[in-house]
Amino acid sequence: MPTRIRLTPEGHMVPSEDPFTWVADDEDLVQGDLILSLTRFQAEGDRLLSEGRAVGVRVKSDEEVEALAYDLPRIAVVELEFPKFRDGRPYSSARVLRERLGYKGEVRAVGDVLREQAHFMVRSGFDGFEPADGSSAQQWEAVTRRFRHVYQRAADARVPAFEEREG
Amino acid sequence: MYRYDAIDSAFVHDRAAEFREQVNRRLAGEITEDQFKPIRLLNGLYLQLHAYMLRIAVPYGTLNARKLRKLAWIANTYDKGYGHFTTRTNLQLHWIKLADAPDILEHLAEVELHSMQTSGNTIRNVTADPYAGATADELDDPRVWAEAIRQWSTLHPEFSFLPRKFKIAVTAAAKDRAATKVYDIGLAMRRGRGGELGFEVMVGGGLGRTPYLGATIRQFLPTRHLLSYLEAILRVYNRHGRRDNIWKARIKVLVASLGAEEFARQVEAEWEKADHGHTDLPDLELARIRADFTPAFETLSAASEALETAKASDREFARFLRHNVHPHKVPGYAIVDVSLKTPGQTPGDISSEQMDVVADLAERFSLDEVRVNYQQNLLLPHVKLDDVPTVYAALNAAGLATANMDLISDIIACPGLDYCALANARAIPIAQHIATRFADPDRAELVGELKIKISGCINACGHHHVGHIGILGVDKKGEEFYQLTLGGSGEEDAALGQMLGPALPADKVADAVEQMVEVYLRERQGGERFLDTFRRTGVAPFKEAVYADAH
Ligand code: HEM
Ligand code: SF4
Repeated sequence: MPTRIRLTPEGHMVPSEDPFTWVADDEDLVQGDLILSLTRFQAEGDRLLSEGRAVGVRVKSDEEVEALAYDLPRIAVVELEFPKFRDGRPYSSARVLRERLGYKGEVRAVGDVLREQAHFMVRSGFDGFEPADGSSAQQWEAVTRRFRHVYQRAADARVPAFEEREG
Repeated sequence: MYRYDAIDSAFVHDRAAEFREQVNRRLAGEITEDQFKPIRLLNGLYLQLHAYMLRIAVPYGTLNARKLRKLAWIANTYDKGYGHFTTRTNLQLHWIKLADAPDILEHLAEVELHSMQTSGNTIRNVTADPYAGATADELDDPRVWAEAIRQWSTLHPEFSFLPRKFKIAVTAAAKDRAATKVYDIGLAMRRGRGGELGFEVMVGGGLGRTPYLGATIRQFLPTRHLLSYLEAILRVYNRHGRRDNIWKARIKVLVASLGAEEFARQVEAEWEKADHGHTDLPDLELARIRADFTPAFETLSAASEALETAKASDREFARFLRHNVHPHKVPGYAIVDVSLKTPGQTPGDISSEQMDVVADLAERFSLDEVRVNYQQNLLLPHVKLDDVPTVYAALNAAGLATANMDLISDIIACPGLDYCALANARAIPIAQHIATRFADPDRAELVGELKIKISGCINACGHHHVGHIGILGVDKKGEEFYQLTLGGSGEEDAALGQMLGPALPADKVADAVEQMVEVYLRERQGGERFLDTFRRTGVAPFKEAVYADAH
């Protein structure tokens, strides 16, 4: 199982294990809690949820999270996939999930997830990470603490410079 | 000018510390060059043909003596004693060692400078009218808004991995000295019916291999909503811009494929859903920024005897006044251009000694301000008329007083094949040839305004599309050839140049320019500039002159 990291409400990064199994579109369903693609979720989500399982959805970078708007209260985790670290669309998706759709569950970064992106991810509203570069929770946390100040309001709780200045 | 507070200062020091850690990991072999590349590019460190190049941001082209002296010192200590100002008002140092880069960033941080977002698919260093705060034709100081954009765009969490690089230019004057129509976003300040200020928002301009002029997507955006509106544009672009082909990834391609109207509709829809108060700056913060842009001018007489005396006795000084000195909004002051285009030199290059000279002049005579403009020249924005003769003498002694602003030898050229790994052909020697050919100042003056712009490849870093004469380096079976275009402009009358004919070999380019100048001198009517004559006659007479031998 890949290393997973969670952001705690206190702002720390801790290693995490979670019970979800990713099931690709061409694979058979397994027992327990599942993560499905957006298309598969739209086809089979209702049934699986009614069986009492927890279900998560993996959204590709060219898919719009708005498609999940009405299902979000029932979804345990939304995975946003970075096909390449350079693909910045999931940052917008994460902010829309948090700031516009009010999603409170886990938003997890999967795919080409590198520690140099940690700062941007946390600020955009991600709180779960599956690093592709083997970085530890400790290293991940260090990156998010490099900057003592930030300049804009985003999806996290950090106070932007213009508000700090108002004292 | 804007002064960093403790927050800004901590930010650039944190950035330098971060980069030191990253470089140490690279030097220790913990990460490969492939892994390191995106990291160094986030700090403007490029690997070029011969060495690393560091691109240092000069936000909206504003410097003071302390900053310029530090740049001079860095160029002396870590490079070959000179730097290169670019069309994006950055300073490039072309001979940097990787191991020195963290120290350089630390030195830059000490004087409130950095190299963040001078590369990569980020919101790049924001540019503004170089006459800001000095010209009478502006509605407001655009740097207030440029500084707001600088801060907002710095390590923006959502927009640091855009489909492609993203450039924003701001002007608040009727005359467009910031090339806003060839920017990803061009912001031009307008006054609304009730007297309030707002921006005309232009999107999707750009040069490169498919040049476009920006389309207006909003006639009037109240200034206080600037940042939330930019955020809406950037979000639409970040989500929908193409990522499958880097040559189609700029916002201009998205705007062109959707149509400006549909693009505008999507931006407005996004903006309507957004919580503006979340993003827009509070008035107090805007006032804080603004307070830094209000220099203390003296009350002076509108005429200067010292200047008139010098003008009457010195022909060259009189010429300098004609071309390099411009009216100021405050009586008794002038804007003074510093030419980095002495015929024969590399356009935009400046030695450390010259930087020190300009820094001293700024401190003594220009309320401690220097500006960089996109023509790759500097200017002193607030010089008392009485001091202009002294400033001229000092510039002249340092080789910085060539009276050729906007004349044929004031050429924009990119680094080309002398430095750049992407180049097809050299650009600098072509610029040097042409400028030397027209080194006689009387002749240059007779020809009048003529803007030549040279790029060493289709990426158009030298703005060739918008040159009155544009010159583009192309590769023909391994040989350097040059494609000429005519009639472009990057100003209010913006237009893209028209192709002249088949590409020419290097040794024919200066001849062709000379032949076209002859056609212009023959055809011009009244006070027409080269561009006006061309627009009236069309390409035919120019084409005929240049390709006459081939018939
Ligand atoms: C020497 C290293 C440089 C490299 C590798 C480089 C590379 C590029 C590339 C690839 C583009 C096209 C981007 C696109 O269309 O998406 C571009 C555009 C541009 N470059 Fe450079 N460049 C370099 C230096 C410079 C310099 C020295 C200047 C200023 C004199 C400059 C100014 C510009 C400008 C203004 C554009 C924008 C044109 C547009 O809007 O598309 N670049 N550059
Ligand atoms: S136009 Fe081409 S040759 Fe010139 S700097 Fe840009 S990429 Fe290099």
